[in-house]
Amino acid sequence: MKGRVASTIIVAALIFFAGYAALFIAPDEKTMHAIQRIFYFHLPSWIAMFTALSVVFVANIAYLATRKTKWDALGVAGAEAGVVCCTIGLATGPLWAKPVWGIWWTWDARLTTTFILWLLYISYLLLRGLLDDPEKKATLSAIFGVFAFLDVPLVYVSNRLWRTQHPQPVILGGNGSGLDPTMSKVLLLCVIAVMGVMIVVLLDRYRLERLRHEFEELRIEVETCNLAPASILGKESA
Amino acid sequence: MSTARAAAILLAKELRLEFRTRELLSATIVFAMVIVVLFSFAFDPTAAESRRYGPGLLWISFLFAGSLMLNPSFAREQANDTLDALRMAPISPFAILSAKMLANFIFMSLVELVLVPVFGVLYNVSLAGVAGRLILVLALGTIGLTVTGTVFSAISSHARMRELLLPLLLLPILTPLLIGAVEATASLLLDRPELDRTWVALLAGFDIVFLTASWLLCDYLIEE
Repeated sequence: MKGRVASTIIVAALIFFAGYAALFIAPDEKTMHAIQRIFYFHLPSWIAMFTALSVVFVANIAYLATRKTKWDALGVAGAEAGVVCCTIGLATGPLWAKPVWGIWWTWDARLTTTFILWLLYISYLLLRGLLDDPEKKATLSAIFGVFAFLDVPLVYVSNRLWRTQHPQPVILGGNGSGLDPTMSKVLLLCVIAVMGVMIVVLLDRYRLERLRHEFEELRIEVETCNLAPASILGKESA
Repeated sequence: MSTARAAAILLAKELRLEFRTRELLSATIVFAMVIVVLFSFAFDPTAAESRRYGPGLLWISFLFAGSLMLNPSFAREQANDTLDALRMAPISPFAILSAKMLANFIFMSLVELVLVPVFGVLYNVSLAGVAGRLILVLALGTIGLTVTGTVFSAISSHARMRELLLPLLLLPILTPLLIGAVEATASLLLDRPELDRTWVALLAGFDIVFLTASWLLCDYLIEE
């Protein structure tokens, strides 16, 4: 409990400071000016999303291999955290693109890939909601999760061949790429802060899922043993 | 019993079941034609536009038709719990899955066999000269569609609202397939048709990735 409160406070302080640094400490960009500052949250949210979705993939494989419910809980926690990060990325992108590219959206490889990714993991969460049996839910959604993850490189390659407009990677993008030193420090801070938020949310969601599972098992146990009337557990019959 | 033999027997069963009534096939063909006709009302394309948008229209109608047609593939087994009986048989789960995939591939190919000539006539697109290459593209696209579709049909058959869920799961996954198939088909409708190998490779890659994944995961998919 103490650890959770402490980590939440630390992450909240970090994200607050990261916001301040992105707005006031980072130097002005030569051509794009203020609008470029959105990048300090745009890129970190994608990094956090890819981390979260990789967690989902690992959790899905681990669930299929071991059949331990904790992996299933980790899968759903990762998918929800990933979808949130993806939504932030998809929202900040057009805000930046409108003044810089002159359009809100373009069917470029990366944009399309992340949009499809967003749809795939929302489908993953919807699928879980529509499966009632807990074991079926875990197994079948894990299989879908593996298929969805395998699809990502294919979506990317197909769109890459189709058309691309997204700015080439600024960092590690070969000759002439790279950021101003202050910019990269602010960016690093933002990446750490956003990752921190994502991890705290993911772990909290994981704990919630575990508690839910525990509650469900206890409820079934109580109902089958008839130790108590179902009404005290909130299942009042009309 | 070897997997291939078990799959052959199950395939015969799937085909017999469908050809007794042919209701799934006829409904799917009519549905695909409805899309093709509605598209012409919605866009009123000229001859040049037909060639430009035709491949997209053709594949969209296959994907929509497929996502509806694949629904009963596993749902049909639930009425009498026949999937449990199949599971109890001493055959590998992949035999069950691959028989269904093959059956769906045959059904989908029959739908395409009817729809492609109709499309060619309605949209004034000449397909006779490129028939062989077109069949290759259609086959690769249909393999990808039926492999993923059959797996997702098994997943969605356990869920509530499965008729709505299957297209929801299937269509986003099929994006690379749609792009590849449409571009490959479009390269065949040019004035000097030449099959674009990049897209054929993408389609083949899609098929291999998901066929391997279904083979690896089918034990989990078809279990109690």
